[in-house]
Amino acid sequence: MAGTGKAHLRTDADVLLSVRDLVVEFPARGGVVHAVSGISFDIARGETLGLVGESGCGKSTTGKAILRLPKATSGSVQLGGDDLTQLSNDAMRAKRTDLQMIFQDPISSLNPRRTIGEVVAEPLRVWGPKDEGEQWKLVSQMLNAVGIDPDVARHKHPHEFSGGQCQRISIARALVMEPELIICDEPVSALDVSVQAQILNMLEALKKKYGLTLVFIAHDLAVVKNISDRVAVMYLGKMCEVSESDELYANPAHPYTRLLLGSIPVPDPLVAIDDEVAAEEELPSPINPPSGCRFRTRCPLASEICEVAEPQMRAVASSEDHFVACHHPLVEVVP
Amino acid sequence: MAVSDPDLLVVDNLKTHFQVPAGIVKAVDGVSFSLPRGKTLGVVGESGSGKTVLARSIMRLNVASNALVSGSVRYDGQELLTKTPREMQSLWGVEMAMVFQDPMTSLNPVVKVGRQLTEHVRHHLGVSKDEAKQSAIQMLRSVRIPEPEARFDTYPHEMSGGMRQRVCIAIALACGPKMLFADEPTTALDVTVQHQILNLLAAQQRERYMTMIMVTHDLGVVAGRTDEIAVMYAGRIVEKAPTAHLFSQMKHPYTEALLRAIPKLERPKHTRLDAIVGRPPDLINPPKGCKFSPRCPYAQARCHEEEPTLMAAEAAGHSYACWYPVGSEANEKALSDNLAARLPQALAAVGEIEATEEVPGAVVAAGENN
Repeated sequence: MAGTGKAHLRTDADVLLSVRDLVVEFPARGGVVHAVSGISFDIARGETLGLVGESGCGKSTTGKAILRLPKATSGSVQLGGDDLTQLSNDAMRAKRTDLQMIFQDPISSLNPRRTIGEVVAEPLRVWGPKDEGEQWKLVSQMLNAVGIDPDVARHKHPHEFSGGQCQRISIARALVMEPELIICDEPVSALDVSVQAQILNMLEALKKKYGLTLVFIAHDLAVVKNISDRVAVMYLGKMCEVSESDELYANPAHPYTRLLLGSIPVPDPLVAIDDEVAAEEELPSPINPPSGCRFRTRCPLASEICEVAEPQMRAVASSEDHFVACHHPLVEVVP
Repeated sequence: MAVSDPDLLVVDNLKTHFQVPAGIVKAVDGVSFSLPRGKTLGVVGESGSGKTVLARSIMRLNVASNALVSGSVRYDGQELLTKTPREMQSLWGVEMAMVFQDPMTSLNPVVKVGRQLTEHVRHHLGVSKDEAKQSAIQMLRSVRIPEPEARFDTYPHEMSGGMRQRVCIAIALACGPKMLFADEPTTALDVTVQHQILNLLAAQQRERYMTMIMVTHDLGVVAGRTDEIAVMYAGRIVEKAPTAHLFSQMKHPYTEALLRAIPKLERPKHTRLDAIVGRPPDLINPPKGCKFSPRCPYAQARCHEEEPTLMAAEAAGHSYACWYPVGSEANEKALSDNLAARLPQALAAVGEIEATEEVPGAVVAAGENN
């Protein structure tokens, strides 16, 4: 894996968010956990960037570090001209109205003792109009937009709603400040398939309606492909591959991406399964990650160079928007 | 010994109801099926469909005192529901075993893996400590855990999730059960690890000629790895068919809707998903008639009144519980009638409106909310 390098960064697009050399480390017994180790990416206005990878790859940490929850160890995060990592705490607090987050577990992310009316109005009570009637007007508009009847929900508590409805309510709460960027951290992982489809369709509709820019973090590659314009694949704190999403799934260039795609169970009995029983792999520790390419310990193509040199992002020759950080890419790259 | 019955497991009208303050939760409400030896049955459904309770009821793992179980479960000719807990204990591990969803919590965190692997082997098979250890190490090797001798003396927290699930599989298989239940065995695991664990289960099943029930919410997990699939909804089996047949010739609208709601990798990005209107029903006060009828795009008056039971399709082994099965003329007419009546269930199914969890009485056009 991967890699550093900046070949995949945007030069022409209307960039809303630029992340540069983001590093997040946590102190731990026995050393430092390298959760995110120097990743850079841009998100154009109105675009959805999908972040995928296995648990521990740093995708959630990346999303949270953009919001400074917690603060990045180093690197910069530019949103509309401000470097979020340099803002004072007060300035960051004000800036957070432009950035919102939707979490995985919809039920625990809503305060169980507040009514739905209060939960969704909370951001407005701090930053919005002071008049409660005005606040309720905005809240009810937003609840309507996410398919919740505002008059029914207003005085109810979160436990009276299903997981899918609670996720709709958290989305309404995130949208009520009219943010520019929403970070969705596994927003549909806890939901049943039938409800998941409703929420994904709704996110697409809301994105169009409000001109949202989304970071969509998930482990389910089919879900990410469905919703994202561009997808970044992460492994052990590094970025392996960034590509327009249809292109990524059609022509994976990184051996890790190919492994991920090959592991997805396909709901079609006619698709043959590679049923070789492999031994359990020892995953490398984020405290002491492998030298060079971090994926080399699991990579079937690894050679000497992978151990000594970290691969740089390079453009895939056949595509406008496809970049890979690998010494042995699966498709031809621009040298 | 007489020629043994080809079916290892025969479940007849199994009901598991839970008495709660608000009423009776009919978690499993009249399930019947039989499973031939050496075959794998996939049980698919959403949360609350009763799939886990079904598996646990068959194994008699419902310890809750408010559970009322009725019907019949015949395993290898013996009725399980009338057995005493003590008699059941002698079957667990030796005859039937279960692999649970969460490998983090199904192992005892303060007991070394080795002891967890050997205690039931020693209890059931009466072997010595040394023999048990040797067979445990052999088991760890067969589930492809590297350095099994060293792993024998470690604690669960020293292992990754995939490794722990392999240990759970080794424990389940240690006494050589004839029947294995796997309840969402890979839901808590990463996709690459999931692939390996499913392969491991399949290989072990072939090697040991085990009969298996795999419970999952993921149609992808069971697609290439089961002989038959039973789709559950609100405590009942609504469709059951040989795997390839279920995917190509599905009859039940719920099966169809479930498959259509999954995002597919081969579709281009931003493909609109076919969501199902509404959400799974309240099991205390389920809807009258077919329990899927309030969400079904094809539902007619009869569906809201009269609950269909499993009926046989033309193909062998295929049965479904629906008055207007998918692919029939009656079904097509039902859809066009419902579209003409502008029922939201039907409009959402053809993509004219967005599906929500509420099932509205009147139709709101898609543009109105936006």
